Amino acid sequence: MKLRKYATPYLLGGVGSLWLIVLFLIPLISQLLVSLMTGNLDQGYTLTWNFGIYRELFVGADVNYLLFLGRSLLFGATATFITIVVAYPVAYFLAFRASARWKNPLLLLVMLSFFVSFIIRTNMWVFLLGGQGPVLSFLRNLHLIGADAHVLGTPGAVIGGMAYNDLAFMVLPIYVALERIDPRLFEAAQDLYGNQRTVFFKTTLPLSRSGIFAGILLVFIDTVGDPVNPSLLGGQSTYTLGQAIQNVFLTQQEYNVAAALSTVMMIALGIILFAYARVFGTDNIEDLV
Amino acid sequence: MTAANRLADARPLNPRARRRPLLPIIYWLVVAITLVPIAVMVVYSFNVAPNHRITYVWHGFTLNYYVHLADLSGLWQAFVLSIVIAVVSGLISVLIGTPLALALERHRFWGRRLLTGILFVDIAAPSIVVGAAALSFFLSIGVHTGVVTILLVHVTFNIAYVVVTLRARLSGVGTALEQAAADLGAAPVNAFFRVTLPIMMPGIVAAFMLALAMSIDDYVITSFVAGSATTFPLFVYGVKTGLPPQVLCMGTIIFAVGLLLALLNGALNRRGRA
Repeated sequence: MKLRKYATPYLLGGVGSLWLIVLFLIPLISQLLVSLMTGNLDQGYTLTWNFGIYRELFVGADVNYLLFLGRSLLFGATATFITIVVAYPVAYFLAFRASARWKNPLLLLVMLSFFVSFIIRTNMWVFLLGGQGPVLSFLRNLHLIGADAHVLGTPGAVIGGMAYNDLAFMVLPIYVALERIDPRLFEAAQDLYGNQRTVFFKTTLPLSRSGIFAGILLVFIDTVGDPVNPSLLGGQSTYTLGQAIQNVFLTQQEYNVAAALSTVMMIALGIILFAYARVFGTDNIEDLV
Repeated sequence: MTAANRLADARPLNPRARRRPLLPIIYWLVVAITLVPIAVMVVYSFNVAPNHRITYVWHGFTLNYYVHLADLSGLWQAFVLSIVIAVVSGLISVLIGTPLALALERHRFWGRRLLTGILFVDIAAPSIVVGAAALSFFLSIGVHTGVVTILLVHVTFNIAYVVVTLRARLSGVGTALEQAAADLGAAPVNAFFRVTLPIMMPGIVAAFMLALAMSIDDYVITSFVAGSATTFPLFVYGVKTGLPPQVLCMGTIIFAVGLLLALLNGALNRRGRA
């Protein structure tokens, strides 16, 4: 009887744990090993513990991967910042202003883009913002912009695409955090601080911090790694590390280089998010899982 | 929670705040921008396209591309493959993820924290890294990429979503009912199928739907492990010079079906609660 009680969680979770270890944990580690291999596609790769690759990628390489990494982080950070600024008032409206009856339908409206394939929705922006497209033609006819003005291919288009595609990932966690706040706290805060502005900065904002962190986690990680928005909406001057990983792996087929770049992205994200968590605090990261 | 909401509704913080229109304006502006590409997709799926590519000019209304979806070579196969992979990977991840969620939520055991950590990284890691890692792994053990590897990888990322959804459901209901079943003499297996499973069912349905959505829409991870197989997102991405109108028709159909399922699910949940 006691043995069975002890064995139950392993019986329940055994298959899932094994699946995750074999198909997720081991691949992450194997990627590190592949990055330390030398060789090429024709002769195969052998593990030579070539740690030098990490230096070669960034010092004196023909391709400036450091620039791509910097660009990925900058695009991701800017897009994340935009989603916070836009999502917060939306979540606040849904949590405190919308009547209980309309909350769910109004939330669904914000998430409608999830029902359209990501690639199609981004392609629709490409269609709309193209040189001959309706937006630029309209502005050109009003003489608000010059004949050679363009949107596609610029960092603005890429960052805008990222912010558009990930907005709901920011709205949802902030909305959930705001909903959790006990309304009596506002009354207490109003009695103590009086003015609405102070109530917001001393009560509402600090209490929604966990939601903002969850949103940053989702949006920042997704946008830094995303190769789709830069490929579809961007151009040569917006080439990112995510695109480089995809191209080196799938087109150039230099597996060790691609695996090293991917490891670098993982480490860079890890360091930044760890630093953020240390500086601003995370409250309850376990809550997210 | 609902009582708290009602309280918040009944007593606005500041009577003047209610009338300030800034928040509603921002909200509706955001919704309008959200809808722009969706509207363009739906509208242009009905536009006549003389060169079989969508054009800015309105050439007239047609249902032709909906009727002749299969005329665009590869589209139908890619769509069917996406659906098959979504359903199969969704079923497998629910089958594996449900007991895993039960183990994590209802038991303390060695390795629990590590497992929670792996699930967290599974959700948090960027798709590009997950895809690159999976391909590294398959290459190093000499597995050829194709439909099977797509399935394996989709299950891997969907398990995490299934577990998170189900744990949220389980932590909300507590164990009182299961204990009552045990007190009344139900064998553990009986208690599971008569009590625990029915409690989890709405969560399982929601988790399965989420898995379907994640699987159908995945481009980045799939692009690494697809080999010569082509799913719907891969097909759309591969069309380089202007989209064929059939792609928009397919997008519109997926949009309509997805929305319908979400509304249906919402209506059923509301009924279940009443």
